[in-house]
Amino acid sequence: MSTVATPRGAVPARGGALPWWLCFQGILWRELLRFVQQRGRFFAALVRPLVWLFIFAAGFRAVLGVSIQPPYATYVLYEIYITPGLCGMILLFSGMQSSLSMVYDREMGSMRALLVSPLPRWYLLCCKLVAGVLVAVIQVYAFLAIAWFWKVEPPAIGYLTVLPALILAGLMLSALGLLLSSFIRQLENFAGVMNFVIFPMFFASSALYPLWRVRESSVLLYQIGAANPFTHAVELIRFALYAQLEPSSLALTLAWTAAFLAVALYGYNPARGFMARTGKGT
Amino acid sequence: MTGVAAETVPKPASKAEGAHAAPALEIESVSFAYARGAKALDDVSLSVPMGSFTALLGPNGAGKTTLLSLVTRLFDARQGGIRVCGHDLRAAPRRALGAMGVVFQQLTLDLDLTVEQNLRYGAALQGLSGRAARRRIDEGLRRVGLADRRRAKARTLSGGLRRRVEIVRALLHEPRLLVLDEPTVGLDIDSRRQLVEDVHELCREQGLAVLWTTHLIDEIWPEDRLVVLHRGRVQAGGSVREVLRQAGADNIAGAFARLTMDRRP
Repeated sequence: MSTVATPRGAVPARGGALPWWLCFQGILWRELLRFVQQRGRFFAALVRPLVWLFIFAAGFRAVLGVSIQPPYATYVLYEIYITPGLCGMILLFSGMQSSLSMVYDREMGSMRALLVSPLPRWYLLCCKLVAGVLVAVIQVYAFLAIAWFWKVEPPAIGYLTVLPALILAGLMLSALGLLLSSFIRQLENFAGVMNFVIFPMFFASSALYPLWRVRESSVLLYQIGAANPFTHAVELIRFALYAQLEPSSLALTLAWTAAFLAVALYGYNPARGFMARTGKGT
Repeated sequence: MTGVAAETVPKPASKAEGAHAAPALEIESVSFAYARGAKALDDVSLSVPMGSFTALLGPNGAGKTTLLSLVTRLFDARQGGIRVCGHDLRAAPRRALGAMGVVFQQLTLDLDLTVEQNLRYGAALQGLSGRAARRRIDEGLRRVGLADRRRAKARTLSGGLRRRVEIVRALLHEPRLLVLDEPTVGLDIDSRRQLVEDVHELCREQGLAVLWTTHLIDEIWPEDRLVVLHRGRVQAGGSVREVLRQAGADNIAGAFARLTMDRRP
């Protein structure tokens, strides 16, 4: 190597919104590249909810008929009921996958390349969050397309109106993943996330059964389900898929997103964050 | 601040002098402790003049990586001040980080991406537009002799070549200060020697200021500036000749031994 680049002897001017946009583009582009290259991840993300739809829902169809309840105008088959929950499942696993990859990137060092960018850290992390959500939303639409052949046929407009709900729910779950990644110092600790976050969140929610049914057997479980942020994300998706808005779900999902994000960004703050205090993780 | 270290710190640039008159890097009375540990850095002061190659020499555990984590703002220095080209890292992090390129000890390339994809990602993180990024990537790869490997996955490159790519990436935004944290770790002898020569050449021919941390004395050249760090404190600093005088030794190995050996646990 003779020379590498030519330092111009001046700090580059970086005014305006363009560098911020270019940075977001770059992060999104990298997430898409990784997504395309890791085809196994795409299929795994699809197979998981499809197994639930094709096998679990088929098996329980006779046992768990769902009576008329909003947003459904009539009795619905069980597979139709659980479809929004399975969309939420894709977003939940994707959010945790992003969190896992952040812990991995930190251990492997590539996180540092991101964090030394001149743009603010909160912005970089938000870019990474949004990029991960957009990739997850692509997976949800792929799932909905396959589910359509399984007679899960929401109104056509529902495919459009569900988009903001998917993005918001994805942001909430990814913010939770980001928060977890700021706490988790080593990759090995991530197995605990499966047991203590993903499974309880999914099963103690309205994803698989209506909460009023749960209340018939356990009031405590009902209350846990009603407080579970995942429940509100699923209900938001459920109503949006039928071109309806559920205001309380929207408000609570927004509130949880803000709360998770605030704590996660605090965790990654170089001055006060958890990692700054421990010296681990970056 | 230790008496020895004080010699290495020039007076801060006045506002009238502006950022261009300031050293590439000024570290002033920085102390840092992790939550449950002893002080990792204790009243550390040093400066890297514009266009100089400054080696930060210290044994393992001396605090070199912690210091670089503060300089690159992975952590915030709660005590003391750090300025890059006159820009305070805490008050103006964007300008300070924008004036600096960083190569970490750990490899930070995405091994599943190609060389070019890694560089394009690095350019995007610096907010470089596509055209400028392409031009600088082409230029950088050509100069390090990797133009024909641009579509190779980073995974397929040797350790030395990966480091070259990281240096190209660190210089894409044309910084005035290049910070490298033990960049020769894990490289074979030839790659190590080549890398040391390359970065010295960059410094000499292009006027780039370099802060190079190491625990290997053969990476330091006689014309370099040298700061010896041990147990979180600066033990000596200045030109190599000045450090030898301060240590009362006639070569770097002797000075390093004197400045660190009697204090080792």
